[in-house]
Amino acid sequence: MDLVVNILLGIIVAATPLVFAAIGELVVEKSGVLNLGVEGMMIVGAIAGFSVTLESGNYLIGIVSAILAGALMALLFGFLTQTLLANQVATGLALTMFGLGLAALWGQSYSGKTADKFPKLDIPLLSDLPVVGKLVFGQDYLVYLSVALVLAVSWFFRKTRGGLIIRAIGENHEAAHAIGYPVVFYRYLALLFGGGCAGLGGAYLSVVQTPFWAEDMTAGRGWIALALVVFAAWRPGRALLGAYLFGGITILQLHSQGFGVKIEAQYLSMLPYLATIMVLVMISSDRMKVKLNAPACLAQSFRAAT
Amino acid sequence: MLRIVPRREPSRTMQILTPILAVVLTILAGLVLFALLGKDPFRAIYIIFFQPLTSTYALAELTVKATPLVLIGIGLAMGFRAGVWNIGGEGQFVMGALAGGSVALALHGSDGFWILPMMCVAGALGGMVWAAIPAFLRTRFNANEILTSLMLVYVAILLLSVLVHGPLRDPEGQNFPESRLFGDMMTLPVLIESTRAHVGFVVALIAIVVAWLFLQRHILGFQIKVQGQASQAARFAGYSEKRIIWLCLLTSGGLAGLAGTFEAAGPVGQLVPGLPVGYGFTAIIVAFLGRLHPFGVLLGGLVMALTYIGGEAAQIAMSLPSATTRVFQGMLLFFLLAMDLLVNERIRWVPRPKSERAMG
Repeated sequence: MDLVVNILLGIIVAATPLVFAAIGELVVEKSGVLNLGVEGMMIVGAIAGFSVTLESGNYLIGIVSAILAGALMALLFGFLTQTLLANQVATGLALTMFGLGLAALWGQSYSGKTADKFPKLDIPLLSDLPVVGKLVFGQDYLVYLSVALVLAVSWFFRKTRGGLIIRAIGENHEAAHAIGYPVVFYRYLALLFGGGCAGLGGAYLSVVQTPFWAEDMTAGRGWIALALVVFAAWRPGRALLGAYLFGGITILQLHSQGFGVKIEAQYLSMLPYLATIMVLVMISSDRMKVKLNAPACLAQSFRAAT
Repeated sequence: MLRIVPRREPSRTMQILTPILAVVLTILAGLVLFALLGKDPFRAIYIIFFQPLTSTYALAELTVKATPLVLIGIGLAMGFRAGVWNIGGEGQFVMGALAGGSVALALHGSDGFWILPMMCVAGALGGMVWAAIPAFLRTRFNANEILTSLMLVYVAILLLSVLVHGPLRDPEGQNFPESRLFGDMMTLPVLIESTRAHVGFVVALIAIVVAWLFLQRHILGFQIKVQGQASQAARFAGYSEKRIIWLCLLTSGGLAGLAGTFEAAGPVGQLVPGLPVGYGFTAIIVAFLGRLHPFGVLLGGLVMALTYIGGEAAQIAMSLPSATTRVFQGMLLFFLLAMDLLVNERIRWVPRPKSERAMG
């Protein structure tokens, strides 16, 4: 039983940064923008969160700094792609390269340093219950935040006017503009949200999961988050499930030898990418399904007709 | 108020001027960055951008780094022109190295002038096979090639890792995850004595001329340009979009695969998990820096190679982290993309219309 609980705990910790980064990118893509710079925003969030937490000794300030750092990176992306109409694919890749480099420069003096453990929820009695105590009432605060964020985004898209406007802009920016919605403004907002979430996901890695700093410590999670959005067919609930599934695969690698399964870890690592391709093929092959899922204006620049 | 007004045709002057301006702005931004970091900014910029141009050895290294960048960049640029977004050059590079390298390892101990050409063919095929997957998924299932080619990068890197840890591992090595060293007949001839400059660079130069001729003179080259600039016109003219997707992906995959074999059979000399160092991604910058033109790609490749070598030199001389190179590459692409605006648009002062003034 303890082993199962430990595995489940491991999955939650592995999945949470993916949840943050993916839910942010999901909102961005729903608004019709493809930001391939998630990895870059995550790593800058990771170093911002770690260095500020270490210097200030305050987790809250550290986490907020990470969110701001991610949002600033997204602002740069927004300025280039929304105001200057630059190509989104190229700008996103540039953002990732720039972010990885910037974080390494910034973190040079923090390399190998460690921070204290992040506090966990501890409710007397409830957190001491067997099995559910640790799983449901004993997580760190950010895990609850990540789940709440997914629920909030899901509600936002289904029930609010703002959500409807963002979806409309992602589907047909010309029409949304004609009705009078400020397309570029809403896309900036979506991008800032996405950047903040990516920064938070990065900080989860460096402040909570393994409280130390190492160059390139995001290790491709930004790309997994991007894959996850497609895997989830742009639906918040599925993104959450997908993150736990992909997180589970990472934990499976650690435990596979313990179970006496002889399979190379690399093959398991391939699974998220292969699964994403499969899902992409499944939702793309049927034109009706594409229309239902993928935002129609994804990665297209918008220029107001004058 | 300032208004962005589209130009009827992209400005030629700006097309040539903006990459140069982007490099200058990157250097200026670098000065500020190093000053902020408390390093001597002028020394750092000198070491990164100018010192590599002063010695024969460094110039030879420039061609070593430029070879994969240019080879991959040519293919990507061709695809980007047609609106085919292959961003998985890195994966095709790895599969090329794996295919070419496997041939070398299978023929271990044998001799013959035919081995190296065979490796190159295998490498190009390896890259083509890997690029054929996104081409098939796009033409058959309408799956976005940006995402599929990108996902396949990581699959390829993991595949290289698993094979080098297992079946391709050096049987006489000490369990290190690396293959045997390639024999003399399996490594690329060196151009200049006591440097690493190899014939791959010559191949890259030839590829540039061929690509230029193809785009200028061949009907398919013309179709690629029409497809990218006016896809509706291409449809009316009866050009097959599927054929262009296949052509662009197979060409860029083949060139990336060849670059991978060159890397394994040239400067590296074996298969190691660390073979891919991001050339496939940097080549995307190269393609843009070169304005998607074959000759531009050559210049772009040399500039990006400079940032690699300069970055390494700065690492040794000023103990800057290797990531400095990536900061510069990212900034360069930012500036370049920002200035695309000057190529395609005109910025004009337009008096505010009355209705808008009334609204606020």
